[in-house]
Amino acid sequence: MSPPRCGAELNRGLHEAMAAFPAMYVLGEDVLDPYGGAFKITRGLSEAFPDRVITTPISEASLFGVAAGMAIRGLRPVLEIMFGDFITLGFDQIVNGISKFREMYDDQVTLPLVVRTPMGGRRGYGPTHSQSLEKFLMGVPNIRMVAASEVHDLAGLMTAAVADDDPVFLIENKVMYGRPNLRPVDGRIGELDVTESGGPSPALTFSGSGFTEAAATLVAYGGMVPIALEAATALIMEHEVFCEVVAISGLLPLDLDPVLASLSRSGVVVTLEEGTLTGGIGAEIAARVQEQGWDDLRRPVVRVAARDGIIPSAPTLEDAVLPGVAHVTRAVLGAVGARA
Amino acid sequence: MTASGPEARYRGMYLIRRFEETLLDMFSQGLLVGTTHTCIGQEADAVGVIGHMRPGLDQVVSNHRCHGHYIAFTGDLAGLAAEVMGRSGGTCSGRGGSQHLCRDGFYTNGVQGSIVPLATGIALAERERGDGAITTVFIGDGTLGQGAVYECLNMASLWRLPLLFVVENNRYAQTTPVELAVAGTVPDRARAFGVDAAHVASTDVEEIHAVAGEMVEHVRSGRPAVLSIDTYRLRAHSKGDDVRDPAEVDARWATEPLAVAGARLDAARRAALEADADRELAEALAVAHASPVAVLDEALA
Repeated sequence: MSPPRCGAELNRGLHEAMAAFPAMYVLGEDVLDPYGGAFKITRGLSEAFPDRVITTPISEASLFGVAAGMAIRGLRPVLEIMFGDFITLGFDQIVNGISKFREMYDDQVTLPLVVRTPMGGRRGYGPTHSQSLEKFLMGVPNIRMVAASEVHDLAGLMTAAVADDDPVFLIENKVMYGRPNLRPVDGRIGELDVTESGGPSPALTFSGSGFTEAAATLVAYGGMVPIALEAATALIMEHEVFCEVVAISGLLPLDLDPVLASLSRSGVVVTLEEGTLTGGIGAEIAARVQEQGWDDLRRPVVRVAARDGIIPSAPTLEDAVLPGVAHVTRAVLGAVGARA
Repeated sequence: MTASGPEARYRGMYLIRRFEETLLDMFSQGLLVGTTHTCIGQEADAVGVIGHMRPGLDQVVSNHRCHGHYIAFTGDLAGLAAEVMGRSGGTCSGRGGSQHLCRDGFYTNGVQGSIVPLATGIALAERERGDGAITTVFIGDGTLGQGAVYECLNMASLWRLPLLFVVENNRYAQTTPVELAVAGTVPDRARAFGVDAAHVASTDVEEIHAVAGEMVEHVRSGRPAVLSIDTYRLRAHSKGDDVRDPAEVDARWATEPLAVAGARLDAARRAALEADADRELAEALAVAHASPVAVLDEALA
């Protein structure tokens, strides 16, 4: 049986959470059936739970705060932001509200809310509908951020996010929605061994069968996970370079333990992200790896990211600026070649 | 002491006035740090509107100029004083300070307009709970420049939220006169969204109380409403930043809320109400002073 699509699994997670949590509400733009959201992730919800699915005006600047008010009064709102690019409209509510209320109000309130939004390009949507802006959330205290990828238990990530009593930003990916949700079978996905950590934001570590050492650790999340896996396969087949891939989902707090564990076997860390390079997730990983894994590092951490610029609309231009398999293999070969 | 009625409203306004005058004195003596925004001159709005709120059920959301609303809703003088003084016994244990308060269904935040979406979400949750609670959000004329206000008027109208917007137009957004910042009228803006609005230009707490009562009943019937109040801020925006013509401000002292309401009271009765409020304030301040300074309970790594 072929695996379900990622979008269908996220949808299943929403249906399961709606059934499990009577206080859960789904709100967002165009979320009602028969449309079911721009990417169909909320499909069927308004038919199954007509009183708890609210379609909204195009008012992102307020919707984050509306969700906060609902959460403060005991509901569990799940807010869909149609494109991740639009989180910028809500930053006052995110930074001056959602991030602050629980601590500022001396723990008299909780904010069990979820913001779901798809990031990522490679669909030709152009500069304002293709970005990966999760790095702007990295500096926001008191929120959790989880990056879904096609190898994670997506329905499980969704229900865990809804169950959380703190604000969770669930970062999805547009390309992922249509791809199969690949889950480990007998500890393997394809030709690679997989170990998976637990908790609400697990990490999967991929390695070559039977290998206890690796040439490099590739740290990836979200839409960069399949690219990391493809690059790792190409490095084995074409260069006989064996890498581990750590597919993290915990961005806030940053799930560093599986990265450090892999680093102890490889000595080299290459970070992968689809957002622009400067001030990115890779920069935070690199800083923490040098703080906590210095003795295992054989060379500086290498970051692979998008060019610091716009994401052009034309497919040829978009391919040129977003990090692809070739960028990753080149970066890894450069890092491995520089080993002492 | 009557629990409600004109005497209680006078006493409530007097308590707010004396509390804030005490804060300004403490600032000038160097006993407080940070900032504060007093509602001196606007007390009739807080007391007149909040007199219709049901404690333990209704929700109130306020802004940077929130002390009057807080005192009128919670009566918690000691907690507010301790909060402003940075003491552990404060409303938020010193974490929030003057403009970031939370207690028993009362919430404030310090960014203009930021609180309106919060109030909209609270009102939505209360509607879903179905226990008849209403939410009141206080904003000022300055906040009318924020787009979130209109997003929320729209949603409140579409979703029939039990939400009362109270616009306290005190004529100045910090130093900018309302004529330079607000086009048209507040009721017209509300009605553009299909939201019913009432307007009162008064510092008479009895007049405001009466109009507010009508609007609160309207909101309890399941429709949002806007109450627009033309008032006047007699003191600076925060502590000393006042560039208004002193003659303009002086003229307004003749119609300040305590003068208007106090003139209707017997002199001896008024003095007794004030003495009673002074005693309550002194006791609350003593409690606040006795509270230890706030400390971070988890060490910074």
